[in-house]
Amino acid sequence: MIKAILIFNNHGKPRLSKFYQPYSEDTQQQIIRETFHLVSKRDENVCNFLEGGLLIGGSDNKLIYRHYATLYFVFCVDSSESELGILDLIQVFVETLDKCFENVCELDLIFHVDKVHNILAEMVMGGMVLETNMNEIVTQIDAQNKLEKSEAGLAGAPARAVSAVKSMNLPEIPRNINIGDISIKVPNLPSFK
Amino acid sequence: MVVSSLKLQDLIEEIRGAKTQAQEREVIQKECAHIRASFRDGDPLHRHRQLAKLLYVHMLGYPAHFGQMECLKLIASPRFTDKRVGYLGAMLLLDERQDAHLLITNSIKNDLSQGIQAVQGLALCTLSTVGSAEMCRDLATEVEKLLLQPGSYVRKKAVLTAVHMIRKVPELSNIFLPPCAQLLHERHHGILLGTVTLITELCERSPAALKHFRKVVPQLVQILQTLVTTGYSVEHSISGVSDPFLQVQILRLLRILGRNHEESSEVMNDLLAQVATNTDTSRNAGNAVLFETVLTIMDIRSAAGLRVLAVNILGRFLLNNDKNIRYVALTSLLRMVQSDHSAVQRHRPTVVECLREPDASLSRRALELSLALVNSSNVRAMTQELQSFLESCLPDLRADCASGILLAAERFAPTKRWHIDTILRVLTTAGTHVRDDAVANLTQLIGGAQELHAYSVRRLYSALAEDISQQPLVQVAAWCIGEYGDLLLEGGCEETEPLQVEEEKVLALLEKVLQSHMSLPATRGYALTALMKLSTRLRGDNNRIRQVVSIYGSCVDVELQQRAVEYNTLFRKYDHMRAAILEKMPLVERGGTPDEEAKESKEAQLSEAALVPTEPQASKLLDLLDLLDGTFEAAQPPPALEPSPGGTLVHLLDLPCASPAPASIPDLRVFEREGLQLNLSFVRPPGTPALLLITVTAVNTSGADVTHFVCQAAVPKSFHLQLQAPSGDTVPAQGGLPVTQLLRILNPNKAPLRLKLRLTYNHFGQSVQEIFEVNNLPMETWQ
Repeated sequence: MIKAILIFNNHGKPRLSKFYQPYSEDTQQQIIRETFHLVSKRDENVCNFLEGGLLIGGSDNKLIYRHYATLYFVFCVDSSESELGILDLIQVFVETLDKCFENVCELDLIFHVDKVHNILAEMVMGGMVLETNMNEIVTQIDAQNKLEKSEAGLAGAPARAVSAVKSMNLPEIPRNINIGDISIKVPNLPSFK
Repeated sequence: MVVSSLKLQDLIEEIRGAKTQAQEREVIQKECAHIRASFRDGDPLHRHRQLAKLLYVHMLGYPAHFGQMECLKLIASPRFTDKRVGYLGAMLLLDERQDAHLLITNSIKNDLSQGIQAVQGLALCTLSTVGSAEMCRDLATEVEKLLLQPGSYVRKKAVLTAVHMIRKVPELSNIFLPPCAQLLHERHHGILLGTVTLITELCERSPAALKHFRKVVPQLVQILQTLVTTGYSVEHSISGVSDPFLQVQILRLLRILGRNHEESSEVMNDLLAQVATNTDTSRNAGNAVLFETVLTIMDIRSAAGLRVLAVNILGRFLLNNDKNIRYVALTSLLRMVQSDHSAVQRHRPTVVECLREPDASLSRRALELSLALVNSSNVRAMTQELQSFLESCLPDLRADCASGILLAAERFAPTKRWHIDTILRVLTTAGTHVRDDAVANLTQLIGGAQELHAYSVRRLYSALAEDISQQPLVQVAAWCIGEYGDLLLEGGCEETEPLQVEEEKVLALLEKVLQSHMSLPATRGYALTALMKLSTRLRGDNNRIRQVVSIYGSCVDVELQQRAVEYNTLFRKYDHMRAAILEKMPLVERGGTPDEEAKESKEAQLSEAALVPTEPQASKLLDLLDLLDGTFEAAQPPPALEPSPGGTLVHLLDLPCASPAPASIPDLRVFEREGLQLNLSFVRPPGTPALLLITVTAVNTSGADVTHFVCQAAVPKSFHLQLQAPSGDTVPAQGGLPVTQLLRILNPNKAPLRLKLRLTYNHFGQSVQEIFEVNNLPMETWQ
């Protein structure tokens, strides 16, 4: 099973932390720091697998990580998971994020942590892989977001307006509005210099 | 004035704007104060926003426990927005150890039964992450109902929640076992994935479930076949492989089902061969599937040709350029090395190559595998490789490598001299990383190899002269020089270069060790004792030694001071005894002698399920007893394992003190059958805390004699056991003279005592054999 999923940047600042086993808050922070230490020491062209640190359970558990630009995605798993499979899972996760956020970058993860949590919850549940089909996940997320928006009431009006404009199909609006044979005389306004 | 609450994005902006850690803390504390006030006021509209901010702050490491009750309120709210944040908060802030977590059980129950699948999904997700045992018990039936509902989204989540529930409360397996067969017929990959995980969990927990699910093997094979042979399906494919996650899970389940089961293995054979040969290995996904296939082939009762194919695939992967593939290949080979040793041996050269990798993970795996591959035929070559690895490897691998080499040397050393050389080399290279008992082992080894005394002491002297910083090496060298100093000065030894050593130099070296700040107190002890011993071995006068000894009589370290004072006394008042006391030591006994190994094998035999002993086995054990009787007749070796003679010296010079009466331990009746009773009585002699004496008494109250009575005993490996000769082998009837036997047990580690007894005898014309473990051993026997 997957014990924890951590995302942090090159300086060790956590961008997402999800634990599937009960750890106290202090321990959680320590685990994040320890994992960052272990992972940041790695070279560029070594394998993506590491023995787990002492806090997370020692040599029974592995850290499987991928480094994308400024972010480390680390999955801490025990020996029952396939290492290469988890590598693929990280890739699917990142691709799903990409689809949901449109060219995801670190800022998206920073400002929309709750959304990332929701996406992750559709993929991994209780430490086990739930769904790996990207389209299904994205469909679900869209449906849930819609549900939220419909509840938002007045506060959601600007957001609804924005999405209305976005989904408006501009090319279809007729360019010439023909309202019959009305001649409109344009007054001769002084030109402003 | 009501301060308008920040949105989450704004808070994040502010936090990022903080230039220092202190500033960030300030911003967050201010905001937390607002949030707390808002919670107190109970503003329902913005509660979710406040909690979202709190969760963000929690991720950064700031305390957020005051948000726990708010999570509950949000979960109970009817709005989806609230529930979403509320459940997320529950997953992040609550866990089983807080009492508050039980309060969400009711909300989850309500949410599970109402129809909106997004809400049900949230509830299931939270349940599977933080569900405690009580919650799982309460909600099991709800989840079971959801398993067979029409919507696939909820079902796949319900299945995985069931897995979590079974992990927490194994008794729930009964509820979740029946639906599995039906769920396997689903087409939806998410449900299939969950179901296979569920079946795997059930099978791992109970052998009955395992038997039950063997009948779905054909169905699993079918599903896997479809996955493998269908063409490119965009939906679930990852780099051209059709849903590799599901394939891997199915392969893993097949492995569990086919293990030790001919029939199931046969059904899988063809499919496994197909997958092994047809999977595209250019991308990671294909390799993942291939690895699982290889592991499955090796674990089940597969055809021989298939196994060869599997090992070859692994060999090929070892040569792959991709480091990840090599890592996984090494891991897989490590798993197989016990069961298919010869197959893995073929890849030994490649494994040794991987030792030289700069990648720490790879070299660690290669080290473990190399150590597992050492056997008597390749021990010289492998040790050579491992030694050069030891010299260049990273510090955290050194300890493992050093102890691995020492262990391998102990098991497979071709000659004693090679063994001593190897240990010496390890001590010189990585002396600070070896385990503590390496010193004891080496001294015992050298002590036992009489022909190599001269050689050893020379080698050690040269090594010591070069470097006195590696403590284990210094300790062994000091001991050796002390014991065999005369051999060192004699000069001629064929096996090493002729080395002209002067007395003064030897003494100077030992003094240097004594004075060096790098020496540990134990090392100093060794050096001082060695100096003392040299006073009888060397021909010159002992003024220099006497000087050193008297100086250390006022040393700050109590241990050294005690020794120095005693040695001083030896020089003055007891000079006539000095030569006798400082004679060469007799061989110190420790584990690794033939007795111990035979005892270990006997214990292994006895600890298997009680099998009927074959005749040769019984006679071997009887021979063992004779051997033990023999050693008992011989001189009793000293019980202390410390090789330093200073220890025994202290005992000699100690004034006898009044020994406290041994605390009496109650007797224990351990066996009774048809009138034959076996009692154990315990004595802990006060002088030796690790020693336990057990007297086994066999009394016969029945009408017939018990003849050919033999009692054997076995204890765990860390103990030393000696069985003395029994008083007889016939227990006369009607309560006649009982047969007694004394057991001596040494327990230096104060580990809990476990004792297994094996009785064989003839009674009422039948031969009886009983093997049992003695329970209820009182704590005083081993504490």
